[in-house]
Amino acid sequence: MSSELRELYQEVILDHGREPRNFGKPEAANHHAHGHNPLCGDKVTIYLEVADGLVRDVGFEGSGCAISMASTSLMTETIKGRPIEEAHTLFRHFHDLMTGSEDGAGEEVDEDAFERLSVLSGVREFPMRVKCATLCWHTMEAAVKGDQTEVSSDE
Amino acid sequence: MNVVAPVATDHGRSYTPPYDVDTFRKDFPILATPVHGRAFLDSAASAQKPVQVIDAVRRCYEAEYANIHRGVYELSALATRNFEAARETVRGFVNAPDASEIIFVRGGTEGVNLVASSYGAKFVGEGDEIIITYLEHHSNIVPWQLLAERVGAKIRVIPIDDRGELIMEEYEKLLNPRTKMVAVTHASNALGTIPPIKQIIDMAHAQGAHVLVDGAQGAAHLAVDVQAMDCDFYVFSGHKVYGPSGMGALYGKRALLEAMPPWQGGGDMIESVTFERTTFAPLPNKFEAGTPHISGASGLAAAIDYVTKIGLDNIEAHEAALLAEATARVKEIPGIRIFGEARHKAAILSFLIDGTHPHDVGTIFDHEGVAVRAGHHCAQPVMDRYAIPGTVRASFALYNTMDDVDALIHAIGKVKEIFN
Repeated sequence: MSSELRELYQEVILDHGREPRNFGKPEAANHHAHGHNPLCGDKVTIYLEVADGLVRDVGFEGSGCAISMASTSLMTETIKGRPIEEAHTLFRHFHDLMTGSEDGAGEEVDEDAFERLSVLSGVREFPMRVKCATLCWHTMEAAVKGDQTEVSSDE
Repeated sequence: MNVVAPVATDHGRSYTPPYDVDTFRKDFPILATPVHGRAFLDSAASAQKPVQVIDAVRRCYEAEYANIHRGVYELSALATRNFEAARETVRGFVNAPDASEIIFVRGGTEGVNLVASSYGAKFVGEGDEIIITYLEHHSNIVPWQLLAERVGAKIRVIPIDDRGELIMEEYEKLLNPRTKMVAVTHASNALGTIPPIKQIIDMAHAQGAHVLVDGAQGAAHLAVDVQAMDCDFYVFSGHKVYGPSGMGALYGKRALLEAMPPWQGGGDMIESVTFERTTFAPLPNKFEAGTPHISGASGLAAAIDYVTKIGLDNIEAHEAALLAEATARVKEIPGIRIFGEARHKAAILSFLIDGTHPHDVGTIFDHEGVAVRAGHHCAQPVMDRYAIPGTVRASFALYNTMDDVDALIHAIGKVKEIFN
């Protein structure tokens, strides 16, 4: 098997894809948004309980490929309990990791949290799959903004 | 139970194709390109082009190009002759009675939209019914929905059974005097099902309804005879029969096309224009506003000549052998579910591998040099019917070989290696 494929489908990703964490709707959720990737049919709904600027709880429902399920699962694990501003920063860094952009350059980021997300770095070699990994983040941002319109990931 | 009888139990080694596949395969330059080209199993999305088609397009631009139906100069006359010769080639391909019943369109989608708009404006009113099927591609669903919303008509849908065959008893129940149009695929792009088209048409006609056959998948794999079929409309896309994209054809019965109003207005479709009144050109120009895809017509004609030279019966037999072999071997692998096991089937193998999503499979296949379609195939209702997000679809064309089947089986092994 090629190293690129092995890098993409690491055991951590397969595990989170099979058994996603934080699956379901938290009872006290006060924000939510739907995300949809029309090209491949991935669907996700992100629920957040945000209070005093903190992500107190987060969960999701939906279906999709191993990459999108794992990315969503890892995102929820990573942002749970963090200030919402940190979640935005993590997204900018994660986005840079996926696309090679530099939106988060110069911003401080929690290294442990970012390292956890870095298992998805193999996606970078598969440009067609980047949107699978970023859909949940776009949807999380829409949920925070209270934007109820559906997110379509097309990058 | 195998519904497709396997022709080869020794993995195709004893198989002798009905034509020299390896020689014809050399006509397709892209298949010799190493990048992602080892096993191209996505011809149902769009087929690759033989050098004969590429040359025809090149010749058009290099030596025979001018706008058609306009200039008095010889080059324009030549371009016009070629364009009309292409129309005659298409007429022969579908065995239409007359070349004026062949309307050039961008593809199957535009053909359906033309009929839904123009036929719909003339023949479909409030409370009328349009029958489609669960097998349809979005292009044979959405234009009818738009029409139905516009005029207050109703869409009725023929259901399918688990094998992916239309339930004809249900079709019979849906037909009634309010049925104006039955729009049905010649071959399903998602499941491969080939419906009993002649029976469907005869039943519709008995109720006074008209029938449009969506030949997007059918025309590349089945010999088409619109007169024997007695369909009222037939549409197909050039790019799926090894021709250029952006070029296709609509066949319609003359009496209907003449009764229908023009669809788009513009140059070439008029007889005379004043600001008070315009009279329209006779068929086929009435439906061909604006400068058409001139080189596309040359390419499409070359593509039709090409498949005709091999013989659609031969192509169908070869593809059936590939499908039977692939189906038999996929069934030997545990944990695979095949979707679409109709008794009469085009060379499409739709499946899911347990515990995997089609998109992950598509990525891994691509890495193994196997190009397949992964997703809902623009046929979401049929995916909903099976309660699945999509499938992996391998489709076979005239240039595929038993080696491509081997590559498919090998790639499935890789997926299982990664995911198990």
